[in-house]
Amino acid sequence: MANGRTSLRLPEPPSVRLARLALERLPATRDDDLRRLLPGVEPERRLDDWGRSERIEGLMDRTLYEFFYRYWFRCEVEGIENVPASGGALLVSNHSGALPPDAAMIAKALREEHPRPRELNITVEHFFKGFPGFSMLIPKIGCVAAHPANVQRLLHDEEKLVLVFPEGRKGTEKLYRNRYRLRRFGRGGFVEAAMRAGVPVVPVCVVGAEEAMPVFAQMGALQRLTGLLYFPITPTFPHLGPLGMLGYLPAKFKIRFLEPIHFEGDNPHEDKAQVQTWAHEIRARIQDNLYEMVARRRSVWFG
Amino acid sequence: MNSKRILITGLSTYWGGRLAQALEERDEVEAIVGVDSEDPRVELERAEFVRVGTQHALLRRIVEAASIDTVVDSRLVVDSATTSPKLAHENNVIGTMNILAACSGPSSTVRKLVFKSSSHYYGCEQDDPAFFTESMVRPHAPRTPIERDILEAEAAVAEFAEKNPETSVSLLRFSNVLGPDVRTSHTTLFSLPVVPMILGFDPRYMFVHEDDVVSALEHMVAHDLPGIYNVAGDGVLAFTEVCGLLGKTYAPILPPWGTGLALAPLRRLGLRVPPEMLGQLRFGRGLDNRKLKATGFEYRHTSRETVLRFGEHLRLHPVVRGVREPYRYEREVEEFLRWSPSVRRGAEGLEPLSPHQFTELERLLRAYADRAGVEEPPVPEPRPPVPEPEPPEPEPVAAEPEPPPGPPVAEYDDLEAEEILSLLSSLDAPDLDAILGYERAHRARPTVVRALEGLLARQRAGAPR
Repeated sequence: MANGRTSLRLPEPPSVRLARLALERLPATRDDDLRRLLPGVEPERRLDDWGRSERIEGLMDRTLYEFFYRYWFRCEVEGIENVPASGGALLVSNHSGALPPDAAMIAKALREEHPRPRELNITVEHFFKGFPGFSMLIPKIGCVAAHPANVQRLLHDEEKLVLVFPEGRKGTEKLYRNRYRLRRFGRGGFVEAAMRAGVPVVPVCVVGAEEAMPVFAQMGALQRLTGLLYFPITPTFPHLGPLGMLGYLPAKFKIRFLEPIHFEGDNPHEDKAQVQTWAHEIRARIQDNLYEMVARRRSVWFG
Repeated sequence: MNSKRILITGLSTYWGGRLAQALEERDEVEAIVGVDSEDPRVELERAEFVRVGTQHALLRRIVEAASIDTVVDSRLVVDSATTSPKLAHENNVIGTMNILAACSGPSSTVRKLVFKSSSHYYGCEQDDPAFFTESMVRPHAPRTPIERDILEAEAAVAEFAEKNPETSVSLLRFSNVLGPDVRTSHTTLFSLPVVPMILGFDPRYMFVHEDDVVSALEHMVAHDLPGIYNVAGDGVLAFTEVCGLLGKTYAPILPPWGTGLALAPLRRLGLRVPPEMLGQLRFGRGLDNRKLKATGFEYRHTSRETVLRFGEHLRLHPVVRGVREPYRYEREVEEFLRWSPSVRRGAEGLEPLSPHQFTELERLLRAYADRAGVEEPPVPEPRPPVPEPEPPEPEPVAAEPEPPPGPPVAEYDDLEAEEILSLLSSLDAPDLDAILGYERAHRARPTVVRALEGLLARQRAGAPR
């Protein structure tokens, strides 16, 4: 992405004169109308409109995710009932590991443990859309670019689950010595997105991902050379080549879903003070739970 | 339907022609005038064609003369492979400016403008949303000449809408069009035996069927729907999916870096990939089409069905190629068919302006012109040179009187300005002169006088009518 930042805050619509003039004359379209007019599902298709491929996702799910979830990370999940069984919800999680395994594990947990297994849409940096290879694969396994309009459509119009990492790359590029210390939570755009869509926020805490792929250093020069988001030094990367990206250490994973947070009032997202307050509150809740989970953990590898 | 007298700019583009044909079917449409710099490519029954320069500088006269109430601009060039950048700029920016100028002004009769634009307005960038809505603007400056032109043209339309609040302005942004008859860079690309793509990218594509494009334009003419609307069939396809539906193999032969350079050898081989298509091949684009659907418009094809129809055409094309003669426009033939009294026209319409009555009116005017011509020069002429047409058939409606061979001055006075205007184009200079003299001396309606002067000036200058 050009300026290297991703925000879920919708930019103020610039004065599109024609659109405004038209708005004055036509009756406003209601939200329900737009929801009703979503394109129907064509059963013959292998991809959905977001580019998600059930075939490729299912293949990954049965092989790679299954192996990591069950045998490698031995994921332990609590509070899965906090994820609503229907309607949109925004999952907000901490983020770590150079090639973060946390998103895939949260998605797998929802499929495995939730009484009503639901698809999860994972928001990723725009960078992935522009990098050859990633650009092809990323949408097929259920990732969408973290654009406010995408999140709004998924949460509000399509009523789906969306996972967002407000720390973004600041979370995954942080070094091992800073583990479990949350970075800044963006500019509060995720709270605004959830408020605008009228959906609850479910905070998620993941313990174990920091140790699964510790980052010892960042090579700025190599990052610029390869055009990647960052170029980390991990136990297996870069000396084992690109496959070293998957060289996770077998840390024990614990995933905790916290109580959903519902926002009240009409158009709460317009109150910037409230948005910031909630952003801080959610960050604090995740941070507190992380500290508690780490404190109770006896062993990094056995939990 | 408020639109009765419609001007279509870009009549010779595929869309202009198709729209004119569709509007001809509607009885409530009184007049369809099409302008373009080239001959029309489809057969038209009652739509009239006027040739103008690419800049459309004289359009205002046509708008006034025909008291046009609706202008449909289908002329925008959105594919730079079809013409040179300079001509495209001339057409897209200067042409749009002149067309808008012809529609504006306090005395303008235009009440509605429908403008055909393209989803190239949004561009294709890395940080695009998955679905563009109409209120979004492109996040980055345009990179290609065509995109710049489209932005400029749309800005001019927006300004026009602001300055003419009583005019309803509808702007349609179409996604890529596929269909058996339309030719674009994408149809060329998908016609190749092996479809090239950029290594490591699987862009998003939405298509709209050519029939849906015409229906969307017609929908805008039939209803007053000011605003911007995206037009794209339901469903976003991936490029590989499109190739699969067409039954084509795809080859990721274009490198992700330096793609523009790698296209040079392909250009040698005859494949022109215009610069604005490169962005689409890399990132693609999705549109939110729900706003148009909310106005009651129904697509007949989803993106997938559009691609399937196109695939059928690609398989059938080698078999039926050359069977159907392409239509060739010839002015004399068209005029004969439209105006000659010898042409037997089908069922008598009951409208006051049926083709039959047009001929009657024309005869009336000509007869009057001859008489007026008699009065001015002292040389008397016993008979009007127009041969007496076939004995008047039983009048379908009593709206028009039986044309007597005597002085039809009274009838001329009864004629409405627009009725006269619609007939002027079939008269020649002396007749026009005579009518002009009479009109000046009597009612001196400005519209009629101006139309007459314009026609005369053009005929004297020897310009083709």
